[in-house]
Amino acid sequence: MNRTVFPLTLPVLFGYLPLGTAFGVLFSTQLEYAWWIAPLMGIVIYAGAGQILAVSLLAAHAGLLEVFVAMFVLNARHLFYGLSLLGRFRGARWRKPYLIFGLTDETYSLLTSRARSEDREHEQEIDFRITAFNQCYWVIGCTIGALLGKNVAFDSTGIEFALVSLFIVLTIDQLKALGEGFPIWIGAGAAAIAVWLIPPSHQLIGAIAIVSSVLLAQYARTRETGIERGSEHG
Amino acid sequence: MAEELYVGGFIAAAALATFATRVIPFLFLHRHTDHPLIKHLGRYLPAAVMALLAGIFLQRSADWSLSAPGADALIPGMLVVGVHLWRGNALLSIAVGTASYMVTQQTGWLAS
Repeated sequence: MNRTVFPLTLPVLFGYLPLGTAFGVLFSTQLEYAWWIAPLMGIVIYAGAGQILAVSLLAAHAGLLEVFVAMFVLNARHLFYGLSLLGRFRGARWRKPYLIFGLTDETYSLLTSRARSEDREHEQEIDFRITAFNQCYWVIGCTIGALLGKNVAFDSTGIEFALVSLFIVLTIDQLKALGEGFPIWIGAGAAAIAVWLIPPSHQLIGAIAIVSSVLLAQYARTRETGIERGSEHG
Repeated sequence: MAEELYVGGFIAAAALATFATRVIPFLFLHRHTDHPLIKHLGRYLPAAVMALLAGIFLQRSADWSLSAPGADALIPGMLVVGVHLWRGNALLSIAVGTASYMVTQQTGWLAS
């Protein structure tokens, strides 16, 4: 079965090895911790952008509540992945917790785009192996990067900009998928207000609160005026 | 010792938050998939959060005391936008942005 699963996961291999390596290098050049913490994070957290953000939060010694809130909203898009897989994972028994745990962007897109047979148990076993293969690539990438960053001497000043670059890329991808620009302006505006008015240690939570309130207020208003947009919009 | 405790707590908080976003739909939301509020947030929250993170961390990367304030981060940031709109390859865009920022930081180019 692995011979049919492996080719399916190749695109993820080519994405996760370099990104995991980038995380690992960032981790061991920015922080003083033991190298194996990087793959450990890949095993128990398993989130690309989340772990890269975590490096910057660790460097700033952020409070645990801020860490929780920041990681939650950064990964909030996963809330909406699960909704479309409720039926597919039904009856997966012991496989189910891991299928849910490993639901990254890339795994989600593989699971939802592949052809499936009628044999439910067999298909869930394939889903399970796809998820496990993908996480292996990610953890291997984290390990390579952490060891590289520790052992290869180079001037890494400025390498932390990988985080900013990643967020810019994800913003553009969101904008393209959405076809509407206003959420970008809400996010950018909230960031500007937070940076301007709030001390650095609370800017992230402050900006998240602003974005959430604006979206909720906007939702309340569209409900009130009855101009709810259709889901096919954009 | 305190440092090990902090890292342990940090990883636990990050792992818990990440897993929560993945498991909540399976635990609580299965009866509300069509709720308009969930649809509204599902459509707009991810984009707004990404823009927020890009904004905050871009501001923190920049040196605003330069004669061209913030140029050391804004130019690499614009390169990321340009390369990504041009080629649409995430890894390439990140590599170009990071490399150009490393150049501005290590050469002191733009500093005056």
